[in-house]
Amino acid sequence: MSIVKHEVAEHFHSAGQESSSAKLGMWLFLVTEVLLFSGLFVAYAIIKSTNHEMWSAASKQLDVVLGTVNTLVLITSSFTVALAVRAAQTNKNGEKNRQMVGLLFVTILLAATFLVVKYFEYSHKFHVGTLPGSYYHFDGIPFPNAHRFFGVYFLMTGLHGIHVVIGMIVLTWVMLRARKGHFYEGYYTPLELGGLYWHLVDLIWIYLFPLLYLV
Amino acid sequence: MADTNGSFWLPPQSSTVAAASDSLFDFIYWLNVIFFVGITVATVYFVVRYRRKSDDQLATSKVAHNTVIEAAWTFIPLVLLVVCFAWGFRLFLHQSVAPGDALQIEVRAQQWSWGFAYGNGTQTLNELYVPAGRPVKMLISSKDVLHSFFVPDFRVKADAVPGRYTSVWFEAMEPGEHQIYCTEYCGTSHSGMLGTVKVLPADEFDKMYKQGMWPGQTGAGRDPVEWGAELFTSKTCNACHSVDGTRLVGPSLKGVFGKQEPITGGPAVAVDENYIRESIMDPNAKIVEGYPPAMPSFKGQLTDDQISALIAYIKSLK
Amino acid sequence: MSSMTQAGLVHEGEQEISYLRAKKGIWSWLYTIDHKRIGVMYLVAVLLAFLLGGVAALLVRAELFTMGKTIMEADTYNRMFTLHGLAMVFLFIIPGIPAALGNFVLPLMLGAKDVAFPRLNLASFWIYCTGMGMALFAIVSGGVDTGWTFYTPYSATVSGPVVMMTMAAFVLGFSSIFTGLNFIVTVHKMRAPGMTWGRLPLFIWAIYATAVIQVMATPVLAITLLLLALERTMGIGIFDPALGGDPVLFQHFFWFYSHPAVYIMILPGMGIMSELITTFSRKTIFGYRAIALSSIAIAVISFLVWGHHMFVSGQSVYAGMVFSFLTFLVAIPSAIKVFNWTATLYKGSIDLRAPMQWALQFLILFTIGGLTGIFLGTMGTDIHLHDTYFVVAHFHYVMVGGTVTAFIGGLHYWWPKMFGRMYNEKLATISSVLFFIGFNVTFFTQFILGSRGMPRRYYNYVEEFQQLHQISTVGTWFIGASFLLMLGYLLASLRTGAKAGANPWGARSLEWATQSPPIEHNFHEIPTVQEGPYEFPTTVDGPAKA
Ligand code: HEA
Ligand code: HEA
Ligand code: HEC
Ligand code: CUA
Ligand SMILES: [Cu+2]
Repeated sequence: MSIVKHEVAEHFHSAGQESSSAKLGMWLFLVTEVLLFSGLFVAYAIIKSTNHEMWSAASKQLDVVLGTVNTLVLITSSFTVALAVRAAQTNKNGEKNRQMVGLLFVTILLAATFLVVKYFEYSHKFHVGTLPGSYYHFDGIPFPNAHRFFGVYFLMTGLHGIHVVIGMIVLTWVMLRARKGHFYEGYYTPLELGGLYWHLVDLIWIYLFPLLYLV
Repeated sequence: MADTNGSFWLPPQSSTVAAASDSLFDFIYWLNVIFFVGITVATVYFVVRYRRKSDDQLATSKVAHNTVIEAAWTFIPLVLLVVCFAWGFRLFLHQSVAPGDALQIEVRAQQWSWGFAYGNGTQTLNELYVPAGRPVKMLISSKDVLHSFFVPDFRVKADAVPGRYTSVWFEAMEPGEHQIYCTEYCGTSHSGMLGTVKVLPADEFDKMYKQGMWPGQTGAGRDPVEWGAELFTSKTCNACHSVDGTRLVGPSLKGVFGKQEPITGGPAVAVDENYIRESIMDPNAKIVEGYPPAMPSFKGQLTDDQISALIAYIKSLK
Repeated sequence: MSSMTQAGLVHEGEQEISYLRAKKGIWSWLYTIDHKRIGVMYLVAVLLAFLLGGVAALLVRAELFTMGKTIMEADTYNRMFTLHGLAMVFLFIIPGIPAALGNFVLPLMLGAKDVAFPRLNLASFWIYCTGMGMALFAIVSGGVDTGWTFYTPYSATVSGPVVMMTMAAFVLGFSSIFTGLNFIVTVHKMRAPGMTWGRLPLFIWAIYATAVIQVMATPVLAITLLLLALERTMGIGIFDPALGGDPVLFQHFFWFYSHPAVYIMILPGMGIMSELITTFSRKTIFGYRAIALSSIAIAVISFLVWGHHMFVSGQSVYAGMVFSFLTFLVAIPSAIKVFNWTATLYKGSIDLRAPMQWALQFLILFTIGGLTGIFLGTMGTDIHLHDTYFVVAHFHYVMVGGTVTAFIGGLHYWWPKMFGRMYNEKLATISSVLFFIGFNVTFFTQFILGSRGMPRRYYNYVEEFQQLHQISTVGTWFIGASFLLMLGYLLASLRTGAKAGANPWGARSLEWATQSPPIEHNFHEIPTVQEGPYEFPTTVDGPAKA
């Protein structure tokens, strides 16, 4: 096990400039992500405010147990990715490469678990017909336009799901680089940024869960 | 259309709020003129006065700021703008709240015509009858997409939104006629979605309101073909039907009378008086092949006399 | 030229291989991560979009030459003005100044070798091209007739490739976000030593403020367009009242992006103005701090005024009140800039070459456009003027009279830097005069049309408006001639233009400190900045400083 030294890109004059640029860029990107979701939160709030009863009746159709499981899964994965970053920070000569890879692997597995659970939730909904818009064909909710709840539900969780998939791809790439020894105490920007992204994915879920499952 | 032509900038003032609206317009206008002329004169003067005459000529000042001037040109416009704001808001409030005794008329917009429903149970199409000298409140809704009810001479406008009511009110000052426009884009014939406000003297209006019959709803003594031709435009049939053979939203009505018309999912029909009447009252009963079921029903919006006149006109289109 | 000679950057006489020739072959362009080449590619792309939008505009005006049908049917007309609006807004004016001119000069002005994320920069360009391709696809597969605002429920129900068009705008949005993000980080992290915030050229301040809006507002547009597409494809019932939705909500979403977007359009133009006015007056800017901070103020307040597009759409009176008030607040920073530019001319040494001609046009035309915005921001008068040609005239005065003139001015200003050649000054003057005449003839008449009651997006009109419409149409022919001439002499200059020196205008910001066209990595050594960008010598302390 050893490490591969990182070379600063030509247009930067120092490693510090490079990594702080990358970090600022990532934070800005996270801002755009939050704003992307905020549009949906606004739509959520407006529909809910005018359709209280429908909203809570429809929300009861969601499986709180599975939702809770998924919340725990994601929180754990946030923790493992944070540990991976910690490992990189103290990696001197590659002695922690293995540990990093292991932690990232667990994170990715947890992400996959999340998606599997989501798959079961979704297929149940497809089955009973609690679907968005014109695909809605469920008759257990005694209020008009209950399809709107599921429109918002699928949109929010679907968009979040896409983020989970992207996060898995990013983390896999990071893991492969970690295996080659690219990350050590002097350089671990991609791992750190991948981790930040993953925390955001987690954070968004932490808002989605109570708003959708527990109202 | 109306009595005078208005000013250079604005159409005639034909409602009581028009004058109030215009004095605010004028205030902002003169504010604009003063600032614009000030800036332009200063710019032109500086350019002429300080024009570079030789290549090595340097500027003769290096003043880079002046707190007093800067504060002045921040605060003076601010104050003026707050005046515009407050005045504009008051006017808007005045325009949004109709007087309690206003006569209420419903406006039902749809692609691409204006339906008006009066408290006496009557309806008219694209012709709005109102009394002079009395406030009228229009309660506006839409059957399909957004439209907007706009009478420039009255300075009123409000969007017609499907699924909710909006309103405007006005008090027309003199008997006369005024143009209604649709000002929210609504598709192919957005620019054909026109109407007319017909302001009647108050006593005449009252008489007709009681009778439940508006002028122009009976054809007493008129040539039916000529009247039909007028109705064809004023009821916006021409938004969807040409009379020269070109295809618009609906089939051209040129030479249609007496033809055998192919019908979607049914046997062909002969175009006769009954079929035309049915096409107008219940257009979706038989859909001409190759066309969408886009024609609205005119049930309740046209009188029998008007339909007969339209039929006479369509017959005449050879 | 103190800042330049201090950095020791210009070596008279020797011309090194420029970025244009540093690498050869088409792929060396398409895969380039050099911000200058990306800027040039963007320039070509946005000018093509401008041509597309401009031809559509000429056809729109030609149709309005007479009442009824002149050259096209109503449906074609409706597609035409939608195409015009969409092409001009999303393909031309939003990326225009930042991604084309900004990309080229921003790192140079900062004394950097490139933007912070060169690959992201290239990605942004290719995403832009993808979006443009999708938009063109939507046009050839029937086109959309919703207006550039995509108002529901019309856009949710009408047939046609609306989904493709909204997704095109969605994709273009990401290109814009990436450019903005890149520029913010570049300004924060890539400044040369000594380039403090107080010494940033005002163009940079403006681009920075623009980038903030791009990053903060565009995601909301993205989600709005996504919702619209889903409304169409599966009827999720957010906007369509037939499904329980609220059509006015769409307008809130749309303007939450699109009002800040109008400042994405104008702020970079204002930035160019500050450069042009100072350079061609040889004078330091009046009120540097005020101009810099007003850009930021505009960026912030612009997020809170969107409802002024909806005074008569059925929103509550009190919401309207707040929006109206904030609209006036956001006018103040613009006013400050206009006054400062005018004051900068005072006791300057004014040179009326082409870039300055366009700057002066901006000053006058933007002032008219901005001032007429006051009628619209005032609730009482907007009732009458909303959705009439008065609004059309207002926004052409700010967008064409403002942004486009600034863009053209900037293009003429940086042209020698970009390509190392001068253009024909006489033809440039003819072109700018033609534009000024044509523009005012076209659009001033539209103020009168509008306030007299002519609604916008009208294929047909009543007779009383015929004469004004004809005058307006004739004006567009002058505009067309002006741009055609410009295209001609600019292209000619690439082959036959006189060689431009490093600093043909005697400007003082850093992009002029390297050769024209610049070398691939901008500077051999990163310059150290000693003073602000507008420290022109004056007679007050003698020519010694020159
Ligand atoms: C570059 C783009 C741009 C810019 C900079 C602006 C600037 C402004 N705009 Fe404009 N606007 C548009 C592009 C732009 N607009 C577009 C595209 C639309 C229509 C969209 C559509 O519906 O399709 C629109 C529509 C629009 C509306 C909606 C109209 C309607 O549909 O009913 C309103 C209403 O408030 C408005 C107001 C303003 C104001 C107050 C400013 C201010 O920022 C202007 C500030 C500047 C000045 C005021 C001039 C300089 C100042 C002085 C000389 C000082 C002295 C002044 C005074 C004391 C008054 N605009
Ligand atoms: C940046 C934005 C922008 C620009 C530049 C323009 C430019 C022009 N616009 Fe447009 N316009 C809009 C944005 C813009 N417009 C928007 C958003 C709408 C609303 C759409 C809607 O309602 O949905 C609109 C609507 C609109 C209408 C109203 C249509 C209606 O409501 O029915 C009209 C009518 O006159 C019009 C006319 C013009 C004209 C004549 C020009 C001219 O100035 C154009 C001149 C340009 C050219 C002739 C191109 C020439 C180019 C070359 C030759 C190549 C260039 C090469 C070099 C310079 C090197 N525009
Ligand atoms: C919104 C568009 C629209 C308007 C307004 C409209 N029509 Fe139509 N009309 C259609 C369409 C589309 C068809 C063909 C489909 C059908 O048969 O319903 C049609 C069919 C007809 C037909 C049958 C034509 C044939 O070839 O058999 C007649 C007659 C007719 N319309 C008369 C009128 C009259 C009279 C008016 C005005 C009072 C009018 N229409 C207004 C859209 C319109
Ligand atoms: Cu109805 Cu426009
Ligand atoms: Cu706005």
